[in-house]
Amino acid sequence: MVSQMQTEVPEIGASGLARFAWRQLTSMRTALILLMMLGLAAIPGSLLPQRPQNPMAVRQYFLDQPGFARWIDRAGGFDVYASSWFSAIYILLFISLIGCVLPRTFEHFKSMRALPPVTPKNLEKLEAHSVFIGDGNDLERAEKWLRKNRFRLRIQDGSISAEKGYVRESGNLLFHLSLILILIGVSVGSLFGMKGSAIITTGERFINLATSYDSIDYGKLTNETSLNTFSIKLNKFVGTYDPITNIPLDYSAFVTTIDELGNERDQVIKVNSPLTFGTSRIYLQANGYSPFVTVRDEIGNVTFQGAVPFLPQDTNLRSIGSIKVPEASPQIGFVSSFLPTYERDPEMGAISVYPLLLEPKLLFSIWEGDLGLDTGIPQSIYKIDTTSMTRIALDSLAPGKSYSFKGGSITFEKVEPWINLQVVRDPGKSYSLIGGILALLGLLASLFGRRRRIWIKVDASGRVEVAGLAKTNAAALEEEMVRFVSAIKGEK
Amino acid sequence: MQTTWAYISNNFIYSAMGVFALSFFAHAFETAWAVKVPAEGTDSRKMDYSKADKAARIATALMLLAFILLFVGVIARGLSNGHVPWGNMYEFSITGALAFTGAYLVALRKYDLRWLGLFISLAALLTLGTAITLLYRDSAPLVPALKSTWLVIHVIAAIISGGVFLLSNVIAGAYLYLDSRERAGGRPAWATRLPALDVLDQLSYRLVAFVFPLWTFSVIAGAIWAESAWGRYWGWDPKETWAFITWVAYAAYLHARVTVGWKGRRAAWLCLFAGSTFLFNYVYVNVWGTGKHTYSGL
Repeated sequence: MVSQMQTEVPEIGASGLARFAWRQLTSMRTALILLMMLGLAAIPGSLLPQRPQNPMAVRQYFLDQPGFARWIDRAGGFDVYASSWFSAIYILLFISLIGCVLPRTFEHFKSMRALPPVTPKNLEKLEAHSVFIGDGNDLERAEKWLRKNRFRLRIQDGSISAEKGYVRESGNLLFHLSLILILIGVSVGSLFGMKGSAIITTGERFINLATSYDSIDYGKLTNETSLNTFSIKLNKFVGTYDPITNIPLDYSAFVTTIDELGNERDQVIKVNSPLTFGTSRIYLQANGYSPFVTVRDEIGNVTFQGAVPFLPQDTNLRSIGSIKVPEASPQIGFVSSFLPTYERDPEMGAISVYPLLLEPKLLFSIWEGDLGLDTGIPQSIYKIDTTSMTRIALDSLAPGKSYSFKGGSITFEKVEPWINLQVVRDPGKSYSLIGGILALLGLLASLFGRRRRIWIKVDASGRVEVAGLAKTNAAALEEEMVRFVSAIKGEK
Repeated sequence: MQTTWAYISNNFIYSAMGVFALSFFAHAFETAWAVKVPAEGTDSRKMDYSKADKAARIATALMLLAFILLFVGVIARGLSNGHVPWGNMYEFSITGALAFTGAYLVALRKYDLRWLGLFISLAALLTLGTAITLLYRDSAPLVPALKSTWLVIHVIAAIISGGVFLLSNVIAGAYLYLDSRERAGGRPAWATRLPALDVLDQLSYRLVAFVFPLWTFSVIAGAIWAESAWGRYWGWDPKETWAFITWVAYAAYLHARVTVGWKGRRAAWLCLFAGSTFLFNYVYVNVWGTGKHTYSGL
């Protein structure tokens, strides 16, 4: 896993050395194979639909190829990144990484405290070797230059050993240790985090309770008692669109929030700027329209009243939805679609041509019978199962208008935007971020740091001898030696 | 105003394509003139290559001109819609071609890579040709999710990394080709003046080692942005997955080289594999993929 394994071999005899090198090399091979396997194992998850990201597509896959899908599912192919084999690979990889990095970290600390090696007898064979006649104060000037350049020194009688560039190995170890920190961050997030979403229509207030959510998932070691207290009231939602291409330019949700301490604040949520309450962040995820309707029975009693969120189907926010009136007898359902800017297309029928409310229209067919709400089977709020119902009427309404049918009436009061809030709590993400930044710094140090030794020896006759040894980048050492020598000679 | 800048941009892109084509021909002439097979017994170093040298200088000058034209084209595209020109695949492609030729021109200052110019000009030409014919979209504003400073940071790091990865791939490819020819008896005449195999091997590695931290940075910047835009910093979106695969492949490549001591053919194949994961991410995930990185058609 860690580079330059062989360069750090302590002197432990030829056979010990061979054994040491062999063991390191094989563990390195294993780590490398695991690393490549991890890359390959990630591939199926990008080609097959994944349950956490796209459950609808997985369902479709099961419908299209039921036999094949069952086998893929058994192999964890629809949730690759949580599958046992994917986990096995990265856990093994991290064990191999820890097994490699920890001993090296101790070794590195030890060797950082140790003095540089004693000046060798023969400097001629080393790199950038040069000899010249000094003036007697060469060692002092050399020491001063080396200290200024933050070399670590071993002062000996008539010579100095200097060493620098541990940053390379430090960076290397930091990089690998930081990867462990990222993994810790990911685990903390998945164990103690939560994620939920809720739709609120303009004028409504969201209170952070488990029951307020349309859907909510907790980490394995947490539950609804961990939800912190805050509330968000949607005052206004503004979508801005390019008038030529209809592309959305900006979504802004103007909200009033109350935090744990009861402080009330007016804030704006945008796509790239979520709200923060402690470790929870609130994102603006989607938006659409909620028609407000009132349904009355034949003698004028209100059987249903309220905002019904409709689900957008295209970029011009043609939306579908259903209005279910279980209170009526027999039960009534409105299979509806809503068009913010209505237009009649000769081929496609009723369409919306712009996402803003320029000519809003609610289209519906009225069904009478059993809504099937008591069967226990979960139903989509946007759809009605009309198998045991009969259609009794078909019409469309503009806001403020009513329509009477056999058995009652429906009034389309007004329409307001809704937003989908996504609430995410990830207590591990700061670990991952710090891990990521440290990994990057470590990587830079390990790739661009260079370790080298410099020696200077002065004998009784005033003959000065210098040489160096670079573990990487010999050219840079040559340049450094030139500067070193000119510093000794007192040249500027 | 919008359409004027877009119009100007298109004209500059077309001009850049024209000049890339000229540069390609100049490189072709250079290669042709440089392919003087020395007669038996004569020293190839004593032959007159001045014509080839002149062609090489013209070709490089044309490449630089094309780069400048392309640069203006990319800037004008940005001005046409008031944001950095990375809103869709057409804009990525023209910026990618810019980064690729830029990486080549920068590397040229340090190494004599003019022999590569033939491939580079052709690759730039093909990229721009594909972009303007198949991928072209009218200049449009950014969707809200893309409105972030991170767009600039994340995408510029990714594009530069991509340009350098691909350059390193071209060199690794050249290595494999020349190596197989040398094994089969010798280089073809036109390739005799290309650098020695070990120089190519080192160069391809150096480029990767240099740009790997930048790619790492691009992934981290993407994660930070994803946290603020989508509510999670990592979600195994296809683009993220393939960025991860590319990262792992290059990490394996660096380890194989530095630690296990891989060199030559094996290293070059691994380099090509890693680079192809980057290309796959760019082409497959943008065109056929689903997920959060698909915007505005392409």
